[in-house]
Amino acid sequence: MNPGNTILLDHGSGGIASQELISQIFLKHLDNSILASLEDSAVMENHPGKIAFSTDSYVVDPIFFPGGNIGTLAVHGTINDLTMRGARPLCLSLGLILEEGFKLDDLERVIVSIAECAKSADVPIVTGDTKVVPRGKCDKIFINTSGIGIVEDGVNVSSTMAQEGDLILLSGSMGDHGITIMTRRAGISLDGNLASDSAALNELVALLLDKLPSGSLHTLRDPTRGGVATSLNEIAAAAGLAVEIDDQAIPVKPEVRAACEIMGLDPLYLANEGKCLALVAPEQAAKALQLMRSTAVGTDAAIIGSLKAGKAGQVVLRTAIGGSRIITPLHGEPLPRIC
Amino acid sequence: MPEPVLRMEIIALGTVQGVGFRPFVYRLARKWNVTGTILNTDQGVVIEVEGKEPSVQSFINTLSMSPPPLARITSLHQHQHHSLKGFKEFSILKSMSLHKSQALIPADVALCKDCLDDILDPHNRRFSYPFTNCTNCGPRFTIVETIPYDRLGTSMKSFPLCSQCRMEYEDPGNRRFHAQPNACAECGPQLSYHDADGKKLKAFSPLEEVARSLKQGQIVAMRGLGGFHLVVDAGSEEAVTRLRKRKGRKSKPLAVMTASVDEVNRFCILDNTAAELLQGVERPIVLLPRKESCLAEAVTPGIAEIGVMLPYTPLHQLLFLQPDCPRTLVMTSGNRSGAPIFTANKAAVEGLCGIADCFLLHNREIMTRVDDSVARISRRGVQLLRRARGYVPAATVLQQEFPSILACGGGLKSTFCLTRGSEAFLSQHIGDLFNLESLDFYRESIYHFKRLLQVEPEAVVCDLHPDYLSSHYAKELNLPLYKIQHHHAHAAAVLAEHGIEEKVLALVLDGTGLGDDNSSWGGEVLLADCLDYERVGSLTPMLLPGGDAAAEEPWRMGLSLLFNLGQNEPEIQFAEKQKQRALWQMMEQGFNCPVTTSCGRFFDGIAALLGVCLLADYEGQAAMELESLAWREKGGQDLGGLLENCSWKEATVCSDNRLILQQDILVQKVLNQLTDGRAAATIALDFHLCLIRSFFDLLCKLAEKTGVSHIVLTGGCMQNTLLLEGLFILLEQNNFIVHTGQQIPVNDGGIALGQAIIGGLRHVSGCTHESNRNPG
Ligand SMILES: [Fe+3]
Ligand SMILES: [Mg+2]
Ligand SMILES: [Zn+2]
Ligand SMILES: [Zn+2]
Repeated sequence: MNPGNTILLDHGSGGIASQELISQIFLKHLDNSILASLEDSAVMENHPGKIAFSTDSYVVDPIFFPGGNIGTLAVHGTINDLTMRGARPLCLSLGLILEEGFKLDDLERVIVSIAECAKSADVPIVTGDTKVVPRGKCDKIFINTSGIGIVEDGVNVSSTMAQEGDLILLSGSMGDHGITIMTRRAGISLDGNLASDSAALNELVALLLDKLPSGSLHTLRDPTRGGVATSLNEIAAAAGLAVEIDDQAIPVKPEVRAACEIMGLDPLYLANEGKCLALVAPEQAAKALQLMRSTAVGTDAAIIGSLKAGKAGQVVLRTAIGGSRIITPLHGEPLPRIC
Repeated sequence: MPEPVLRMEIIALGTVQGVGFRPFVYRLARKWNVTGTILNTDQGVVIEVEGKEPSVQSFINTLSMSPPPLARITSLHQHQHHSLKGFKEFSILKSMSLHKSQALIPADVALCKDCLDDILDPHNRRFSYPFTNCTNCGPRFTIVETIPYDRLGTSMKSFPLCSQCRMEYEDPGNRRFHAQPNACAECGPQLSYHDADGKKLKAFSPLEEVARSLKQGQIVAMRGLGGFHLVVDAGSEEAVTRLRKRKGRKSKPLAVMTASVDEVNRFCILDNTAAELLQGVERPIVLLPRKESCLAEAVTPGIAEIGVMLPYTPLHQLLFLQPDCPRTLVMTSGNRSGAPIFTANKAAVEGLCGIADCFLLHNREIMTRVDDSVARISRRGVQLLRRARGYVPAATVLQQEFPSILACGGGLKSTFCLTRGSEAFLSQHIGDLFNLESLDFYRESIYHFKRLLQVEPEAVVCDLHPDYLSSHYAKELNLPLYKIQHHHAHAAAVLAEHGIEEKVLALVLDGTGLGDDNSSWGGEVLLADCLDYERVGSLTPMLLPGGDAAAEEPWRMGLSLLFNLGQNEPEIQFAEKQKQRALWQMMEQGFNCPVTTSCGRFFDGIAALLGVCLLADYEGQAAMELESLAWREKGGQDLGGLLENCSWKEATVCSDNRLILQQDILVQKVLNQLTDGRAAATIALDFHLCLIRSFFDLLCKLAEKTGVSHIVLTGGCMQNTLLLEGLFILLEQNNFIVHTGQQIPVNDGGIALGQAIIGGLRHVSGCTHESNRNPG
């Protein structure tokens, strides 16, 4: 392998190799004045409201997949985490841990994606750091992003705000990301265009906050790891209420459903990277749905159920044949249950 | 000198309430000329007698030697008092509540001969009355709300007795003396006939209307003893097919009811034992070999057995007497797929809308939901496969006593078990715990049992599997919690039923259950007692491609067996090419392919290879169809003889301190036979014989190694009669002492009892299994 095309330990040294990497890849793509100053920390203007702060690390394998890559997840994930508390994301940090021998081309592809995502979501990367570890000490590339957002006065979105009677909206189809990663990882060839749904939700949430009467959007949650099943269990437990959802109302793409059937997976437990659950006061639900659907990431949005009085923390799925399956949080990987 | 007079106090425990016990004792007292009192308490029945010594002795002897037919006395405490009370006569006192209960509620009892005569006699005031009963028969467990068992604690409390019924109720000489559900047409529950929307229709005789509807091929939802049935003419292919379609039940066998044993003879092969079981007071559904017959093929497609029961309520008897009533009726659970049967009128009318064409309702509330029990005659006599009506809430008496334990059972065919002292009360069949209605039924039943038994459990026991709803329930109770390995619980249930205390070799052939190594087990030999176990044998681990999906789609197991042979992707086509290709890739990558030693899944795989069943629409379908095929091939041949001629030898390897049966070699044999063009039925029978021999050889080796001579056969696969009988024959020929579940199901309906005894012992001894001691 030509070492000129791969990451060397020197690239993390802080010396000339590091400088080259910064100027030739990072600044080239992630261009903004705060980052470009290369100071020890980014200094931001003050905004009225409360500060939201979130961090997440990304270690996904494979790093490239249909619909996105590790970089898009790193940007979207932290933007979405901020957004789920009703915050408007202000800026992100970017921490990279690179494995010696990682291809520079691949790094550049990831950075280009990060730049595009940050730009289109209008959330700049304002500070960053890169470390290189010897071969085998990490897998190709690990990314950490942290983000700061501003929660405007009067906005209070959290699981504990959920109320009996709230309708549950889902911004789009379930399982796209999870099934895409899993089929790739297992090297399974299937028909259909499976692709990750990696996307930023700040625009969609901003629209809801702007257009819905204050106080009518109670809870937001992005069903990432553990899927919508796990998120709903968490919401039900935090709210001390029961959740009832309608199987037929939950959007699942036909190719995702087919892949899940073959692989024995349940789309409700699969990760999503560009979807959110929104709990809305019932009288505002129709309007919220309309708003969601007016955005590019929310065209398939649906009302999937409601919060009810009943056993606290219980999630019930109403099925097409009139059944009512209990949706529990799983312990870990699903274990066979049929005796 | 006059003979001395003495006073004795007797406390009778066991099933002594609601079984005609007090009138019996009253008549006995008269007979032996003793005076005193009898009192139902929630601690049992308390009898005080005074009389001359020989009379009192004779009284007690008769009571203990020949109690009334339905009573089951577990103990008769006697205590002599020194002072006399000077009773003038023998009288029955009004029931009173004490706090700690030792009382038992009896199970429901099928209509007795005397009551049948009453409803058939045009001169009797109960002629044609569908809710006739007496102290020897009628509803019990299904109508009880609270103890002691008295009319006011049952759903009969809303039917004040008319003067004639009251006279019977109060007359100690009458068969209906203190028959709590006593009623007649004047004062008791009534039938009503309703259309598909539940609207009540004017009908002079609702039963006549129902019979006519059935004759026309309609689906009738009928409120019975422990819940609703959906009823159609079993002779009409069209009607049965329509029921299947509306219920979304493609091929799961349906049970039938017919008027008499003679009628059963028309479509089943039955012997005296079976006839006796069919006519017994418990009146379960009995699985019998099916003849080529007058019944619709759609009743049990692909299965050689049929579940049959005889009328057990006066309502059923009267229905069959209607001239229009078809001779045999399909009587299947009145539920929506996966949910418990309906018990309330309103819920049934709403829930069965779109399925039933009309409703036969009544106004006696069902306090406790109880399904029909399912039994079969095995080598050892009755073998219960579903324990409910007629059997619950009878207790299993354990060898030891411990603080009250609640055992939560498994995931499918769930039951729970509550203990009180040395008695273990296994609940009625609750069903598969996946949905809200079943979970509610489960929770309500636990509450009901606690109230009837007047106990609050001190510790709780559940399966090792963290995702069963029963395990979630157990965890939420915040009591000391014991997690028990699934197949150990299966084995312990048999040990508890038969009071076995020594170590046994338990062959547990099952679906899947979580093992202590976090993999799925299900074809195991455990060296076990009620406290602990060691896994000494198993099948070779196989892949379960797609996890639970493999249980619903046996073709996946077919492919998995081929994969295990280490071949290239096979020619044989089970499913669409791309699907099959994807599954093969999943196995190559080990993606969502948990490892299992499940014998049930092994049967599924063989059934798929033989093309018997590729997609299952009910649990165990592939294995049942495979067995049916083998039975057909066996015909009249003697199983012992067939096994003697089978020269198959097991192949085992030793690994991880256990003997591992290499079933791959048997799979290869099946494939060779397929290549040779042998018929599926021939291969199916040969496969059963070879498998029986393999397990027998394996047990012999392990017995030699461990010096154990008691064998336990259990697990869901032991519902396969061919397998169970074959193992019994070989093991008994070789002087093993063999036990299996009889009153307690070998399937998951029995594991709660096993959990209770293991958990109870661990709770009092502080001992635990090796795997529970290691954190994590
Ligand atoms: Fe089991
Ligand atoms: Mg996150
Ligand atoms: Zn009777
Ligand atoms: Zn009356």
